[in-house]
Amino acid sequence: MANEHGQKWDRCLADSAVKIATGLGVGIVFSVLFFKRRTWPVAFGSGVGLGMGYSNCQQDFKSPYQLHGHRVKVSKSHTS
Amino acid sequence: MLRVCLKGANSAARKCLCGNGVPLHPLQQCRSYTSGGSGSSAGKIVAASVLTVGGGVGGTILYANWDPKFRANVEKSIPYSDQVFGLALGPAAPPPVINKPRKVEPVQISSMSEMWKDSKQPKAKEVEKKAEQPDAEGPPAPAPQETLEEASAQVAQILSAIGEVPSVPAPGTHEAEAVPPPAALKGVPAAAAKCTECEHEPAVKERPEGEVAARLAEQDKAEQDLLTSLSSNLEDALGSTAKVTLQAIGAQEAALQAIAQHTRQLREAMEAEAPPDKKSTQWRVLEDALSERSRSVDEAGAAVLKAKAELDKLRGVIDGAKHLKIAAARPSILAAEENLHSMVVDLDSVVTRVQTAQSEAKIVSQYSELVNEAKAQFQKELNSITPEIQANWKGLRKLTQDDLNSLIAHAHRRIDQMNRELAEQRVREQIHIDSALEQQKLEDKKALEVAVSTALEHNREQMRLEQEKKVEETREVMEAEMRTQLRRQAAAHTDHLRDVLKVQEQELRSEAEEILNSSLMEKETEYRRLTQDQLDSFTLDMNAAYARLKGMEEAIDSHVIAEEEARKAHQLWLSVEALNYTLKTAALNDPTEPLEGAVQAIKESCAEDEFAQALATALPSESLSRGVYSEASLRARFYAIRQLARRVALIDETRNSLYQYFLSYLQAMLLFEKAQEAPPAKLSAEDLDTFKLLSYAAYSLEHGDLELAAKLVNQLKGESRRVAQDWLKEARLTLETKQVVSLLSAYANAVGLGTTMAP
Repeated sequence: MANEHGQKWDRCLADSAVKIATGLGVGIVFSVLFFKRRTWPVAFGSGVGLGMGYSNCQQDFKSPYQLHGHRVKVSKSHTS
Repeated sequence: MLRVCLKGANSAARKCLCGNGVPLHPLQQCRSYTSGGSGSSAGKIVAASVLTVGGGVGGTILYANWDPKFRANVEKSIPYSDQVFGLALGPAAPPPVINKPRKVEPVQISSMSEMWKDSKQPKAKEVEKKAEQPDAEGPPAPAPQETLEEASAQVAQILSAIGEVPSVPAPGTHEAEAVPPPAALKGVPAAAAKCTECEHEPAVKERPEGEVAARLAEQDKAEQDLLTSLSSNLEDALGSTAKVTLQAIGAQEAALQAIAQHTRQLREAMEAEAPPDKKSTQWRVLEDALSERSRSVDEAGAAVLKAKAELDKLRGVIDGAKHLKIAAARPSILAAEENLHSMVVDLDSVVTRVQTAQSEAKIVSQYSELVNEAKAQFQKELNSITPEIQANWKGLRKLTQDDLNSLIAHAHRRIDQMNRELAEQRVREQIHIDSALEQQKLEDKKALEVAVSTALEHNREQMRLEQEKKVEETREVMEAEMRTQLRRQAAAHTDHLRDVLKVQEQELRSEAEEILNSSLMEKETEYRRLTQDQLDSFTLDMNAAYARLKGMEEAIDSHVIAEEEARKAHQLWLSVEALNYTLKTAALNDPTEPLEGAVQAIKESCAEDEFAQALATALPSESLSRGVYSEASLRARFYAIRQLARRVALIDETRNSLYQYFLSYLQAMLLFEKAQEAPPAKLSAEDLDTFKLLSYAAYSLEHGDLELAAKLVNQLKGESRRVAQDWLKEARLTLETKQVVSLLSAYANAVGLGTTMAP
């Protein structure tokens, strides 16, 4: 259990790095291809990557506290 | 409550200013608050809060003024509100005192006094009647007979007199009662005084009836004797007086007769002109009669004196008899008095008769004296004229004419003289008659007065005698009535005594029977107890001997068993030692060997011992299969856990975003706590902070108290708890195993000690 924390951080950072890099790449591609070498797609792409990484990280850290609700249907003809 | 909510909202709003991850509605409020101007809104907020607080306090005070129960509630719940209320409203009114019992009491007392008054009136009458009776009786006779009844009546009297006292303080309603109670109260002191006397008498002695009868008989006899003596005295006195009086009366009559005779004879002698020799006989007879008369008068006088003396004596005797006050003698006394009175009357009448006769005789004697004087004078004159003839009147023929003439002339002269004297005498006679009449009138008056006084005296005496007779009659009647009443009372008293005696007899009989029965039962129980004791002692001895025998047998058996037990215990102990040794094989960071083998050995060695079996099965399965970590390894691990727990201190179910993680890391970096801090005996709310708990747990671990450290770590909340969960689980396992093993070893030691026997 003590290791879980460290493991989470590892995953989180790795995942964020990959996503930022990917976003950056996609941004560069889009900037070059479609937006006449403006900088904003690069920023946008890296931002998207950062955001996704952050969100994933948060989700990972929140996962033990997440409650999953189930809707239970009660049949009316149930005899007690 | 509204205020609290508002205040909470205000504080939440202030907190919200620095947080944005809370997904609840305060977020929107905080946003709206922060959108307006901060300074004016703050002032507005302050003013609004002051107004609300002031309004709330004022409203509470007003309502408390109207409703005292609400005031009491508020005073109870809020500490210093009673002072505030006291300042604003004044002290609270005390609850209404229940007055009903006090009002009920006077009514009850009055009703009781009424009850007692009703029951007292007839008793008062009874007592008064009874109070009369003892006065009328002679003192000792009726008191003993009446003691019981009187005492009971008097006691009731006293009780009712005491019960009268409470009615006095309520004059308004008891005016009517006030009048009879004083009258009754007056009767009560007398009756009470009598009661004390009566109570003294029973206290002194209750004379037995025989004695009472004897005394009564004695008294009667004494009375009778006295009466007989008195009556005999009276009769004697009466007889003697009567005799003497009769004698006096007889003497007086004789005197009367003598006087009458004498006067008659004197008159005869005066009037008759007899020859001288008859005259001398006549004179002699007269002298005899005179002497007779004087003698009889003297005799009568003496007899009267004697009679008067006797009458006085009789009167003295009668007075003495009267002083003795014996009722039965009254009639005889009365009769004696009557006799006395009649004798006195007779005596007086006779004496008056004698006195009249004597006065008559005096007149006649005076007349005779005068006549004698005249005769003597005539004789003298005749002698002076004719001295010769004086010898005898027979020589009357021898008288000469001269002598006869001179005699006739003398006679004529004498006749003239006589005529003159007669005329003179007639004139003087008138005067004498007048004076004599006057004298007679005076004497008559005196005699009349004397007669009237004597008649009055006699009348008075008569009336007194009649009155006495009447009094005597009424007294007789009353005595008869009293006698009947007394008889009735005596009968009632005897009846009452009979009943009381009967009741007493029954009571005494029942008491005696009870005592007899109880003593019989006592003796029986005593006998039974003694026999039972004997039996018991014998049984005890037998049982003791049997028990000793049994004990000896058991001792021998138990020796065998004990040895068996000792062997088993030894085995158990050995196996437990083996288990202990296994525990020590834990290397750092590695768990021990699995304890299964040792536990198996234990289970085999103590197949019959339930306690050891239970303990052996109580070991956690993890320790059996995997083994447990040692304390040292746990201690080492703890520091890593601590670091991690510090870092995630702020994270829990509600706060677990990455931003919170960042904050939590910041806090862990900036916050410094003591590395080890001694935990207090009781954990308060502020001790439940993560950092403090961790320092407490570190301290306990350093001092070897894994249990306390585990407890403290168990208090962690949120993410810190989650990261420490592993460590906690391991710590629990170790603790459990250690506990069971220690129990087993203790048990083995105890069993071993128990089965050790001195050689």
